[in-house]
Amino acid sequence: MTAIHLSGIGLAAPGLPGWSDGARVLSGESPYVDAELPPYTPERLPANERRRASQVVRLAFRAAEDAVRSSSAVLSELAAVFATADADLAITSRILSALAQLPRVISPTDFHNSVQNAAAGYWSIGTSAQRPSTTVAGHDASFAVGLLEAAAMVHVDRIDTLLVAFDAPAPEPLLEKRPVLKPVAVALLLTAEATASTIATMQIELGGEYTSVLASSALESLRTSNPAARALPLLELLAKRQAGAVFLERAGRQRIRVAIEPA
Amino acid sequence: MNPIRISAYTMTSALGAGRASHARALIEEKSGLSRCSPDFCALDCWVGEVKGLDKPLQGEWAPWDCRNHRLAALALRQDGFDQTVKSLISRHGAERVALFVGTSTSGIRHTELAFSARDPASNRLPGWFDFECTQSTFAAAEFVATYLGIRGVRAVLATACSSSAKVFASAHRAIATGLCDAAVVGGVDSLCLMTLHGFHSLQLIAPQPCRPADAKRNGISIGEAAGFAILEPNEPVDLGLLGYGETNDAYHMSSPEPAGRGAAAAMRAALARARLAPDELDYVNLHGTATPANDLAEDRAVAAVLGTELPCSSTKGWTGHALGAAGILEAALSLLCVEEGFLPRSLNTGEKDPALSCHILLEGMRRPIQRVMSNSFGFGGSNCALILGRPA
Repeated sequence: MTAIHLSGIGLAAPGLPGWSDGARVLSGESPYVDAELPPYTPERLPANERRRASQVVRLAFRAAEDAVRSSSAVLSELAAVFATADADLAITSRILSALAQLPRVISPTDFHNSVQNAAAGYWSIGTSAQRPSTTVAGHDASFAVGLLEAAAMVHVDRIDTLLVAFDAPAPEPLLEKRPVLKPVAVALLLTAEATASTIATMQIELGGEYTSVLASSALESLRTSNPAARALPLLELLAKRQAGAVFLERAGRQRIRVAIEPA
Repeated sequence: MNPIRISAYTMTSALGAGRASHARALIEEKSGLSRCSPDFCALDCWVGEVKGLDKPLQGEWAPWDCRNHRLAALALRQDGFDQTVKSLISRHGAERVALFVGTSTSGIRHTELAFSARDPASNRLPGWFDFECTQSTFAAAEFVATYLGIRGVRAVLATACSSSAKVFASAHRAIATGLCDAAVVGGVDSLCLMTLHGFHSLQLIAPQPCRPADAKRNGISIGEAAGFAILEPNEPVDLGLLGYGETNDAYHMSSPEPAGRGAAAAMRAALARARLAPDELDYVNLHGTATPANDLAEDRAVAAVLGTELPCSSTKGWTGHALGAAGILEAALSLLCVEEGFLPRSLNTGEKDPALSCHILLEGMRRPIQRVMSNSFGFGGSNCALILGRPA
């Protein structure tokens, strides 16, 4: 695949509430302090949709809006790839609990918010984007699966593409079976051409003998707490403004190599 | 895009397992819909149920056992598909064959059973419930990858009812970027309480077999299905993927944009990518869910892009709406129509809605056809149009 350009980064995780603060932590400039994400109101959602949007959709919007904030991208012209292992397990759990008792009655809003592409739908409504948009799942490797899809979209159609990876903890009893422990979202704006806001060029290949990890044990435990947080080694490299490469899992023990050259 | 050869395909739905049973049902005009068993779901409705899924997966497949994977395994054994993939892998290597699978609910039926078996005191889920192998959305791809021995790039596409149409777009991108040498695409969705009661909560389930394009249509019949196809680039194309278009309505989460603008844009994008004119198509397999709003919006889109003369029909009256598997099921039916020279009628359509302007087929037709457009539209305003058949 040819090199693509990274022209915006968004982050939302406990102790890393946005890319500008998060980059200082990931570069080692500031210490990591685990702290709950403060509530967030999506800027791009009309009020009636905002009322219906779930916490998980707000989480995805938080990273997406962070990534495009300092870019000149026209949001309605962006393609989008949303990458999520399980989408909204809080809603899924509510529906499953309701179905396990009689009479079986579930909320219509819960049902339409339960689709895996709910965040993608709200994003297209909020940004009036009619360009191609897709939602992919890759279990714990969802970030790399989404990155491959988004990079291929940029490569094949020369269309600027926003990648948004997100997942959030399920309530019990599902949490025991699917231990996603922290809410995390990561967004990357990938562009076909370099722009004024381009941060780095990125080259992606298949392969790799090991999975990149983080030196800080607190950040490493965040990395393994959520599928979207598997992006943290890449974000660390970007925060340090270093040329280099990381290996991320794309499924099971199979990997991709992502090489970065700062702009 | 250059056409990509489709060297094998198969489907399993309420019409039966494999291509021959689908061809037979379409020609003999036998719907696969049946009244929903009250033992499964108390709603007064009809479903497109696949028979023969009661036996658990055995041996090495036992940890994966759930209705969705039983259906996938049944489909993979039809038409020699699993053996054809083995030969594909032997030519290209397991790492160079990609896999894209569409689903909306993956193995959630298994979680419904697990929720009913929670420990009353602790509320814990039973020990037999394995999330990663069943409910996880990616399980729909990982089971198929494991079953077939595929180790290349893989993903689940989960855009509700357009999921397994969009697998063709993702496969084309992976091929065009050199991420793989060939791709297996497919989709699997199985009956579960969540979708039956979910669509019921939105008042979108018909109490009788669904009636696409009918003046009195009043909702969908949910079906289940699995289908798969092999895409091989750099091969002479007799039958292939000719184009695709993906757009968003950017309008509403669960209602289509009434003028069908997003759907029309997807259809135009598919024609542009295929470098085809509307008159080079012979048939449209409509999304045609049989809700009042969906069929009307799609009719406006088809009329705007393709005119009102081209024969169209929805096959949902035959199979039910297979949701995340609808895209691949209807792509496979479209390929079958090209191979068999047959256009299926819009089954259960008694009186065509006078508000619809397109040429809805009220009778089946036997005639040679070259190219089909297959439409799939989903919640979240996700639209995908495919063009399949013989290159111009």
